[in-house]
Amino acid sequence: MSGSVKRNRKEKVVRVGLTVTAFLSLLVSILIVLSLVFEAWTFIEGISLGWLWGDQWAPPFNEYDLKTPIVGSLIVTGIAMVVAGPIGLASAVYLSEYAKPKTRKWLKPILEVLAGIPSVVLGFFALRWVTPNIVQQINPDAPGFTLAAAGIGVGILTIPLIASVSEDALAAVPTSLREASAGLGAKRVTTTIKITIPAAISGLVAAFIIGISRAIGETMVVFLAAGGGGNQAQFTASVFDSGTVVTAAMAATTAPSDRLSEGVALQSLYFLGLFLFVITLLLNLVADRFVRRVRLVY
Amino acid sequence: MNPEITDMKSTNNELSLHNDQKDKTLNRIFEVDDLNVYYDDFRAIRDITINVFANEITAFIGPSGCGKTTMLRSFNRMNDLIPSAKITGNLSYRGANLYDKKVDPVEVRRRIGMVFQKPNPFPKSIYDNVAYGPKIAGNVKKGKEMDNLVETSLKKAALWDEVKDRLKSSALGMSGGQQQRLCIARAIATNPDVVLMDEPCSALDPIATGKIEELMTQLKEEYTILIVTHNMQQAARVSDKTAFFSVEVEEESDSRTGILVEIGPTEKIFSNPEDIRTENYITGRFG
Repeated sequence: MSGSVKRNRKEKVVRVGLTVTAFLSLLVSILIVLSLVFEAWTFIEGISLGWLWGDQWAPPFNEYDLKTPIVGSLIVTGIAMVVAGPIGLASAVYLSEYAKPKTRKWLKPILEVLAGIPSVVLGFFALRWVTPNIVQQINPDAPGFTLAAAGIGVGILTIPLIASVSEDALAAVPTSLREASAGLGAKRVTTTIKITIPAAISGLVAAFIIGISRAIGETMVVFLAAGGGGNQAQFTASVFDSGTVVTAAMAATTAPSDRLSEGVALQSLYFLGLFLFVITLLLNLVADRFVRRVRLVY
Repeated sequence: MNPEITDMKSTNNELSLHNDQKDKTLNRIFEVDDLNVYYDDFRAIRDITINVFANEITAFIGPSGCGKTTMLRSFNRMNDLIPSAKITGNLSYRGANLYDKKVDPVEVRRRIGMVFQKPNPFPKSIYDNVAYGPKIAGNVKKGKEMDNLVETSLKKAALWDEVKDRLKSSALGMSGGQQQRLCIARAIATNPDVVLMDEPCSALDPIATGKIEELMTQLKEEYTILIVTHNMQQAARVSDKTAFFSVEVEEESDSRTGILVEIGPTEKIFSNPEDIRTENYITGRFG
């Protein structure tokens, strides 16, 4: 019995330690949000609201047309998901349902390594290969920098992530369900579509959400391939124009320059950051609700 | 070969018989001859020769690792799902070679249904679970026809009265015993000829087990049932024929493989077995 005091103390230290760590990360998150809100508010105070609606995002000229980076983000993320969603899901289905164990053994690690390709490499690839070989094939008049090329690049970047998370979700579906379906005379494709994918739907939706978050947050590819590196972007709703996205606009604004190291121009990026935060939060809330509604528990 | 069997073979080769054409008078439904199943280099069962008769319950008993389940899963080609599985020898179903290249395993499994060890209902409603098989086979219309089929199947599985008011609720909210009866209903909804049961009661309490056993005796009027069980009393209670499997260690390679020791009428196996190994096993002196 003499050991119990010591053990209790140890237990207490561990518990307090873990609690403090948990609250610390919560505190940091709250502080980040507060600073975002505070700086964003300073930005709004410091400008006239009319500056937020125009035809370009150009902090050096006090033009902060919000729809330019936002529509850019929507376009790039949309294209990225059109590319990465189907390919990622198909890869996951292949790996989890069709590939022989031996094939999966070497294929899955390769996929995970692909996820580690630096985005600057992919940005360069999008600029030098995707632009001439895909984008300019579809639209010969497209310039060298396009949102389309950036979207495809971001999509390629997102495939391994979606595939990997989806594969985990599919692999978590008990084999007994697949066997039950096969035992009732279902072909493998029927089992996959009617049983495995519905049973894994919450994980698959999560994979898509993570993919969207990844795509929205991607900076470098857009920076290179869409010409978002400049500190000035014209508003466009066409995929065959150059443009910028929220993250690239932020990165461009922080690039060293006398004029922008302080003042409203710098604060504008807090505003964009807050916007990004709100979008991601909403996305997660919606996803959470959706997942809970359709989730099939096994 | 018996001319009657040859005749059946010509009609059954495509396994496309309609139910009303099922010939229950041909009572040898499965003929297994020198069957070996391998997983890579490991031989799971060796040289099995068995006949299975229609409208009987045939029980497979034996110690763990003796290949009973492997044998059972050979009857509806479930072993095909395991990439490393290979099979040699002959297994014919109503006179047709089940492993013939022309035979579609998917079609086989529609005719030879399966109930698994652990109840494995789909995460769908009770109704959708039962309707799944006929729906994917595409031979039953949605609506009234399907409703009737679901009702009949649930009635046959002695589950209808318990669930008729909550057909649309999730199958996962049922008790284990109900889930297993649902799996039986689901299996018979495809109108199979044979139902394979792999230790169907091992995850159930004695009351639920009793219900399933009672159900099996009713079902054999219409179906042929093969059951793997660890519970010897269960085999003795429900089956007409019992096959005793055992493990044999090959001396040179030290590898274990499942063999059939003997098969016979259940009464005989339990009262007066021919092989000393069977007697030792059923009397609890496992050797």
